[in-house]
Amino acid sequence: MSVTEKLPSATASSAGASHGVERQLLSGAEITCRSLEAEGVTTVFGYPGGAVIPLYDALPRAGFKHVLVRFEQWAALAAEGYARATGKPGVCMATSGPGATNLVTGLADAMLDSVPMVAITGQVVQPLIGRDAFQEVDITGITLPVTKHNYLVQRVEDIAPTIKEAFYLATSGRPGPVLVDIPKTLFIQKALYSYPSTVGRRGYQPTSTPNMRQVRLAAESIARAERPLIMAGHGIMLSEATEEFRQFVEMTGIPVIFTLLGLGCFPESHPLALGMMGMHGHKHVNDALDECDLLLNVGARFDDRATGNVNGFAPKAKIVHVDIDPAELGKNIRTDVPVVGDAGEVLRQLLPEVEQRRYQAWTDWIEARRNIALEVALEHQPESPEPYTIVREIAAASNGEAIVTTDVGQHQMWTAQYFGFDHPDRWITSGGLGTMGFGLPSAIGAKIGRPDLEVWAVIGDGGFQMSMNELATCVQENLDINIAVINNGYLGMVRQWQDLFHEKNYSEVRIGGPNLEKLAEAYGITGITVRRTVEIRPAIERARSIRGPVLMDFVIEPEANVWPIVPPGASNTEMMHERRFADTE
Amino acid sequence: MKKRHTLVVLVEDHPGVLNRVVSLMRRRSFNIDSITVGHSEQPGVSRMTLVVVGRDDEVEQVGKQLYKLMEVLKVQDLTEANAVSHELAMVKVAAKAQHRAEILQVAQIFDAKVVDATPSSLLIEAVGSEDRIDNLLTMLKGFGIRELVRTGAVAMARGAQATAIKDGRAERETVIVANGSAGMAT
Repeated sequence: MSVTEKLPSATASSAGASHGVERQLLSGAEITCRSLEAEGVTTVFGYPGGAVIPLYDALPRAGFKHVLVRFEQWAALAAEGYARATGKPGVCMATSGPGATNLVTGLADAMLDSVPMVAITGQVVQPLIGRDAFQEVDITGITLPVTKHNYLVQRVEDIAPTIKEAFYLATSGRPGPVLVDIPKTLFIQKALYSYPSTVGRRGYQPTSTPNMRQVRLAAESIARAERPLIMAGHGIMLSEATEEFRQFVEMTGIPVIFTLLGLGCFPESHPLALGMMGMHGHKHVNDALDECDLLLNVGARFDDRATGNVNGFAPKAKIVHVDIDPAELGKNIRTDVPVVGDAGEVLRQLLPEVEQRRYQAWTDWIEARRNIALEVALEHQPESPEPYTIVREIAAASNGEAIVTTDVGQHQMWTAQYFGFDHPDRWITSGGLGTMGFGLPSAIGAKIGRPDLEVWAVIGDGGFQMSMNELATCVQENLDINIAVINNGYLGMVRQWQDLFHEKNYSEVRIGGPNLEKLAEAYGITGITVRRTVEIRPAIERARSIRGPVLMDFVIEPEANVWPIVPPGASNTEMMHERRFADTE
Repeated sequence: MKKRHTLVVLVEDHPGVLNRVVSLMRRRSFNIDSITVGHSEQPGVSRMTLVVVGRDDEVEQVGKQLYKLMEVLKVQDLTEANAVSHELAMVKVAAKAQHRAEILQVAQIFDAKVVDATPSSLLIEAVGSEDRIDNLLTMLKGFGIRELVRTGAVAMARGAQATAIKDGRAERETVIVANGSAGMAT
């Protein structure tokens, strides 16, 4: 029951609330819901428990949908999938103690991949905090290193301003996860609700507008280059600058290489797109990195899987690095021209400073180094499904327009290498943290966020068994998700490393699993098993024609490897190739 | 080349700020030589003095990472040359009657004060640079140091200019990049 209090209009207007001139006396739980509504939240992913019972008491009256997951960790990753598919912050909630600790992996994942996310956790009642109460953990202490910021709310009046600030921090500057821990007592206490319109945080002023001097230095470096490359990262999509980026690339004529998370920020089918760089990148891309005389990094952070051994990284290149986070400049790689700013704003400032050019000799040099052997080999299909073929058939069937989520490992790299991403925000993968189990919950979040798009979760049989409990959530929400399990009966990437770098000492990588068709049946959904190459296409078409979740079991060659690969600690140019794909030069 | 840097860090006086700073230093493998925290001239703003040892680019990274904490308002690297950096030490020295005069003489040389005395000990308080305190302790060692506490350095730049926050706003005034190339982006 809420009491409404009329306030003098002067006060009301200064309160700036979008809810008119009334300020209502609401419970902390209601205030939490109203605050989320004020942020435009339409879906939260969560799981109830003791400390949040009062919050869940208010949920049925809230103006957003709550999706009940089967494990809090997947609530966090569903929120992340939602955020990546929509560009809006993902929201998850959990109870105190184990509920909150289960969110940690998802927060860390969002932190490393700069995904905007707000997590609401319940905390034990205030008088018990610090007394090792039932289901008490110091979640703000635990999540300190894996959140952009976090809060333990102390007064019911602080709930709304804290949530306002949390959303602001999560979505501005370099996005990231923010956790708000609210003691149960505060959900019950009442306060006058008004949602603040501004955030005053003097210690937080992200630089989005670049320094023009640095922009001109960047332009001068570009003008002088003969063999330039653009390294395109996730930041381009986070700043919604794919259009500016395309204009910039087409104007300058500079070929583009992608980080794992940068895939999709520029069409891979574009003549100036070269493909993915790094550990499992394309040979011609890593060769181009080795030879380029200018590397313009836009919105990527020089992750070690992208750079290989930093001492051998782009040795001839002058490095221009555009990043909204000043701490990334010079952190891993020496930078010659640092530009702090939002990718879109930097590109807008940079565009008038550059000239239209083409680098025919340079692009010819790169094209000549494409691994033709691999392309040729892909035309010869063995009897058992080749992972590349599965990925390419999914891409073809969905016209390259599907959202694709993955876990981490071999299937992730096969997908990254061969899907051919032409659209932004369709490639949702756990890049920085490499979280197994990511694929299914992130697909759930993505489908709920973008019901208009076809969604595929491409998952390994190991990772699938980590989060397969979320099949129940897919069924509960009747989500039209196609789950493609790339099943080799191994923890494939670890097995591959044991194969290549540990004398085939296959230690604890053989992993069995349930009969997936029967598992599908148990959940009341369709299961499809594919054992032969010729079955791939019809199976994909059948899955696409079925409304609701479909579980596909692609049984592949158990010891298929991801090629090429840069051995750990080596430079990007020291790639290993499978013999049949090895360059003939 | 690794060297000692003294960082002044102005932070919002919120619960948990010290924890955030120390946790950041630990997880990024930055070594803290000493850390002191106290009030500043501005209400609501605490002043930390962090002494860290590292290469210039490492220390620059410390500063940039500190700026990512919401409570951090300003970070300034004070070089030894133009800053005063002092710590306070209290030393309880065994002081038998026959050594007392000699100990007092040592204290006098170092401008140290005797703040407590018993028939068998003297409690000496000294303020000065780290080197100076080290020297005092070397001199006192022979008499027997029973207890010692050092605060770690507090530092302030010389000259009229103050390390402060203008208009109550944080200043991210510099984006200097490692390896000496390129310059400031204001």
